[in-house]
Amino acid sequence: MSSPVTNSKPTDSKHEQKQTFGWSREQMAQKAAQDIPDGAYVNLGIGIPEKVARYVPKGREVIYHTENGLLGMGPTPDDDDIDFELINAGKKPVSAIAGAAYFHHADSFAMIRGKHIDICVLGAMQVSQKGDLANWSTGAVDAIPAVGGAMDLVAGVKTIFVITQHTTKQGDAKLLENCSYPLTGQGVVSRIYTDLAVIKVTQRGFEIVELAPGVDFDYVQQRTACELIRP
Amino acid sequence: MINKLMATPAQAVADIFDGATVMIGGFGESGSPIELIHALIDQGAKNLTVINNNTGSGHVGLAALIENGQVGKMICSFPRTANSTVFPDLYRAGKIELELVPQGTLAERIRAGGAGIPAFYTATSVGTPLADGKKHEIFDGREHVQELGLKADFALIKSLQADRLGNLRYNKTARNFAPIMAMAANYTIVQTQEYVEAGAIDPEIVVTPGIFVDRIVTVKQPAQESKLVAAGVSYP
Repeated sequence: MSSPVTNSKPTDSKHEQKQTFGWSREQMAQKAAQDIPDGAYVNLGIGIPEKVARYVPKGREVIYHTENGLLGMGPTPDDDDIDFELINAGKKPVSAIAGAAYFHHADSFAMIRGKHIDICVLGAMQVSQKGDLANWSTGAVDAIPAVGGAMDLVAGVKTIFVITQHTTKQGDAKLLENCSYPLTGQGVVSRIYTDLAVIKVTQRGFEIVELAPGVDFDYVQQRTACELIRP
Repeated sequence: MINKLMATPAQAVADIFDGATVMIGGFGESGSPIELIHALIDQGAKNLTVINNNTGSGHVGLAALIENGQVGKMICSFPRTANSTVFPDLYRAGKIELELVPQGTLAERIRAGGAGIPAFYTATSVGTPLADGKKHEIFDGREHVQELGLKADFALIKSLQADRLGNLRYNKTARNFAPIMAMAANYTIVQTQEYVEAGAIDPEIVVTPGIFVDRIVTVKQPAQESKLVAAGVSYP
């Protein structure tokens, strides 16, 4: 296993204990962080993607965008410094780095739609081998539909990374030939970081880039609902 | 002499009429003009179409306006958030209409409405259910959908500072939708924490020029929505 530089914060020990093999949520975030280059402008989705910022290797300067109007988002502030009018897209308190800028929503999405943001890291319900992403609705009749900025991000950001468990809690495949849930965007995903593997979306389908320790190709293939390409 | 200052929130929202379209600033509680919303609850206008990113939380602010039966339709991107039950319950019961719009498309529709642009094309939502029934066209080899500009009869927004002519500055991420909503409404009503004389705001740092602002009311210490929600407060 590689041991990426960790900037701060211990790993989620509760989850670590449950994990028998494969990558933990923290390690999935570490894997994605390795692929964020120096100087990138990055938007991180809610959930595991938020953890990515902790693991960007030292020496790389990365500027975080949050779609509610801040470029240069910093870490969670101490309780004394919390301002409820300085929040991220998940509506949690954040800080602003030296050199940050505030702007209104149309400018914020011009940064997204105008292809100025380099990388967006998002969660997923399903990803198809063509790079289609479904992450906003199961299509259930009684669900309250909510999309937020996800469709704008996947349509506008240059490169889309997905971090997700390889299967659902029930063991159903999330990586499929075609998504069964309503799409967030078509042909938008570049790379997927799961608990079992790092996967590249190519014109020929899902190609394994790296397998997690203790995980072999067949194990991942059995949990994927379309054919995988060997590394 | 131009005077946009109103004595009270009640006076500022007095002429909002039944069936009006009302844009309300805020992303969650950040930037939400809670005192203006509460004044609108007291005022009682019904069958409103409300444009906001969310649908409020707890039983105060926007959630209280909805709970009070004043909103017939919501146009928003994310109608369920933490502590949000009012809208989801009414929606499931079929008692309120929802137009779901991707957040960036919502922002651009508002900006376009305020800029006199009736429609535009975007790649956002292509291939998703939210593009169904919309006009599609290919530009630069990529499929786009047509989206319409949004306008409103009134906008309710919050600022950090307002001068006599209506020039505004905001506080951090509380800016969010306020500047574009101010442009898109016939009457823009601002609650400001600080009211200053013309010239007190450096023209270089004015965010919303006063031409987009019609009424100003001073609310020096606005209520914090999450504190009211945590305390279990219901309005009225």
